Amino acid sequence: MSTAELLSQQEYKYGFVTDIESDVIPRGLTEDTIRLIVAKKNEPDWMLEFRLKAYRHWLTMTEPKHWPNISYPDINYQDVIYYSAPKRKASLASLDEVDPELLRTFEKLGIPLTEQKQLANVAVDAVFDSVSVATTYKEKLKKHGVIFCSFTEAIRDYPDLVKKYLGSVVPTNDNFFAALNSAVFSDGSFCFIPKGVRCPMELSTYFRINNSESGQFERTLIIAEEGSHVSYLEGCTAPKFDKNQLHAAVVELVALDDAQIKYSTVQNWYAGDEEGVGGIYNFVTKRGKCAGRNSKISWTQVETGSAITWKYPSCILQGDNSIGEFYSVALTNHAQQADTGTKMIHLGKNTRSTIISKGIAAGKSNNSYRGLVKVMPKAEGARNYTQCDSMLIGSNSGANTFPYIEVMNNSSSVEHEASTSKISEEQLFYLQQRGISQEDAVSLIINGFCKDVFLQLPMEFAVEAQRLLGLKLEGSVG
Amino acid sequence: MVIELQKENLYQEAFQALQKSRGVESSWLDRLRENAMERFAELGFPSVKEEEWKYTNVAAIARTNFQPASPSAGATQLDAELKQLGSVPEARSSQLVFVDGILRNDLSSLGALSQQVVAIDLDQALADERYSEIVRAHLARQADYVVNGFTALNTAFINRGAFVYIPKGVLVAAPIHLMFIAQSENTANFPRVLIVAEENSSATIVENYVSVEEARYLTSPVVEVVLAEGARLEHYKVQRESVEAFHVATTAVGLGRNSSYDTTTITFGAKLSRHDIVVNMDHEGAECWVDGLYLVTGDQHADTHSVIDHRQPNCTSHQLYKGILDGKSRAVFNGKVFVRHNAQKTDAMQTNKNLLLSNEARVDTKPQLEILADDVKCAHGAAVGQIDEEELFYLETRGLHPDLGRNLLTYGFAEEVIAKIKLDSIRNELDEAVLHRLNAKLEV
Repeated sequence: MSTAELLSQQEYKYGFVTDIESDVIPRGLTEDTIRLIVAKKNEPDWMLEFRLKAYRHWLTMTEPKHWPNISYPDINYQDVIYYSAPKRKASLASLDEVDPELLRTFEKLGIPLTEQKQLANVAVDAVFDSVSVATTYKEKLKKHGVIFCSFTEAIRDYPDLVKKYLGSVVPTNDNFFAALNSAVFSDGSFCFIPKGVRCPMELSTYFRINNSESGQFERTLIIAEEGSHVSYLEGCTAPKFDKNQLHAAVVELVALDDAQIKYSTVQNWYAGDEEGVGGIYNFVTKRGKCAGRNSKISWTQVETGSAITWKYPSCILQGDNSIGEFYSVALTNHAQQADTGTKMIHLGKNTRSTIISKGIAAGKSNNSYRGLVKVMPKAEGARNYTQCDSMLIGSNSGANTFPYIEVMNNSSSVEHEASTSKISEEQLFYLQQRGISQEDAVSLIINGFCKDVFLQLPMEFAVEAQRLLGLKLEGSVG
Repeated sequence: MVIELQKENLYQEAFQALQKSRGVESSWLDRLRENAMERFAELGFPSVKEEEWKYTNVAAIARTNFQPASPSAGATQLDAELKQLGSVPEARSSQLVFVDGILRNDLSSLGALSQQVVAIDLDQALADERYSEIVRAHLARQADYVVNGFTALNTAFINRGAFVYIPKGVLVAAPIHLMFIAQSENTANFPRVLIVAEENSSATIVENYVSVEEARYLTSPVVEVVLAEGARLEHYKVQRESVEAFHVATTAVGLGRNSSYDTTTITFGAKLSRHDIVVNMDHEGAECWVDGLYLVTGDQHADTHSVIDHRQPNCTSHQLYKGILDGKSRAVFNGKVFVRHNAQKTDAMQTNKNLLLSNEARVDTKPQLEILADDVKCAHGAAVGQIDEEELFYLETRGLHPDLGRNLLTYGFAEEVIAKIKLDSIRNELDEAVLHRLNAKLEV
């Protein structure tokens, strides 16, 4: 079998639908829709103002269809359901009150939420369609002063913190999808690490889209105060539908003096079938601000799913000596399209950034790296190192690199390297000659190719990511 | 668009005058020019809103009243000494000299070229039935005037220029020197060059842009190069326009089977310069070297946009662009490498390195790969840096004045590009220019 033929038909095992009664609002988006969402969530007036401002701005903006290296039919934004929540009781005191059907769903996804089975040392916020259904280990975290809860709760319980930081990194008018998200976001995760605290466990959010016609618009806000430290994980899956669902999330990170945030994503949204029917449109804005001195933000992403990925986790390096990192593996197969990369904006003195990007394109997919490294005049002594490698499997796929480098002073140094290659026939032959099957050999080589990135992932995630890559590529190499 | 109606009319007027001077009979060339002028009227000058012109603002060109140099003008007094401007001794008897875009036979000499080699005015080639069909087959085939307003404008003004033809199997020893001297203030020149090298021929071309004084003018040349199977061409472009001038150039190259094209572009001059170089690898086995060095200071702006398009299998491309920036200068590099669907066994390497000597200089670089074939070897790299303090310190401990040390290190940086230039006079001149940049003398 040929390489390209082999790499294919592994079933998407998260493609099931949960049969659950949902509270769904009518399709379409108007100011009334936003008022309805605000009313349903019982939000204060300042949130309504925030949303309406974003919505009014969104109306004046155009969809960024022209510059990314992706193509898709026009999205009818009036045909999307902007709020869908599993029906439930007014307020949940404990996990026992969560609908057992939901618990079963998350268990099936490998994310048990019940106390006995919870993942050791990982606190999970589970988001189902538009709302957060459960957050584990909340009490334990509270003892350390760490706030980890759904966004809805955060607006209710910690309005001052939310007011201060919401939109401070990604303004409502930042881009088309961020504006849309700011107008209609329904839930998400909020996380606050107080001064000097090293978060005792990994925090994570698991996103699940269930409704075939709703979009998911969630918002994540992580604030790390002076000298604190947190590692955050994010995972995503969705059922198989022939229709495309829109996922437009916004993630904002704020790191104050000496704080560190590590944000890891394993994205495995449904990618559509071989012909590219169905799948998630993943249009996400992720940005971190190293606001304080010596702060550090590190993004690690393993992008394997979604019909289209449009995502540029970025760092604004404002504080002196701050550090930004971006480690990415983007795998596309069949008809998937990915336009992903990062932006490193150097503002402070002696700021450093590292970008390691690995793109793998199989089938007839298209994989692009798009990055910006910008060194402003005042960012003396800034340093950047970028490496982006692409691997092509089969002759129908495409790999592109669009790195933008803008340097405005002479005490900085920026390096960029990129290469494109295919799986070496010799390496394959060597491994097969040692008695390793062709598929395992391919998996081994690809995992080696991505090693620099996998090393950055927390252990459980690294194992998961390696397995995922193996599954995704199964049957496509030979 | 940034054009104001008035200026457009100035170009329109000159265009009408040119068409009239040609008579009523409409030829393919008239139609080409008309189409190009129509296209320019639609496109206008590019604006920074366009991705390709994001870092280079040509509003100043659009705003200025440049008068397109008319064919009847020119013929002003020019001292024979001016012949010495940017002279290339190796090409003393193989050069065409243009003043404000008009070929000056009195300054040109072609004694060193064999009878078979053709190096004449484009206008003359069009009138000569031996060459008119060759010109027709190749003119405006490589340089696309549909997307670029400047190329459209140049195409609309195709009139005078150079036609160089190397017949099959002819090996030309003497470098063919095309010298463009800008003399008049506020003129717009649109030189057009067509170079056709037939099968297994070999030649060296030097394209040279100089000015008489530090005047403000626009030079917007389009150079088309066509290499047939097995042809080899070395192509040097040296741009030393006045630091008040604008230079917006397009070089478009089509490579035949197993042909070899080696080009080096040196950018010294102009207030604002932009060079679009496109190499189309249309046949198997072609190889190209597309190198360059830009050395700018003051408020100069140098922009290079290159496209190396691997359309067929087994082609190899090498690209090395280096930049040295001082003062408040700004440089832009955008290098695209395309590997088309069936272009298997492509080997493409691209490097852009920049040395910032001043804290106010700025570089925007964007090396770009678009690859649609899987069995390829492609790599690119870009770097922006400054002189290494430790290296400088080492030289100082050896008794070198810091200025000399800096010059020496700058020289070392530039040498990678300069060293490969095979014409002694150009190479030596560049060495001098780089070494004595800080007005410090150094004996090597």
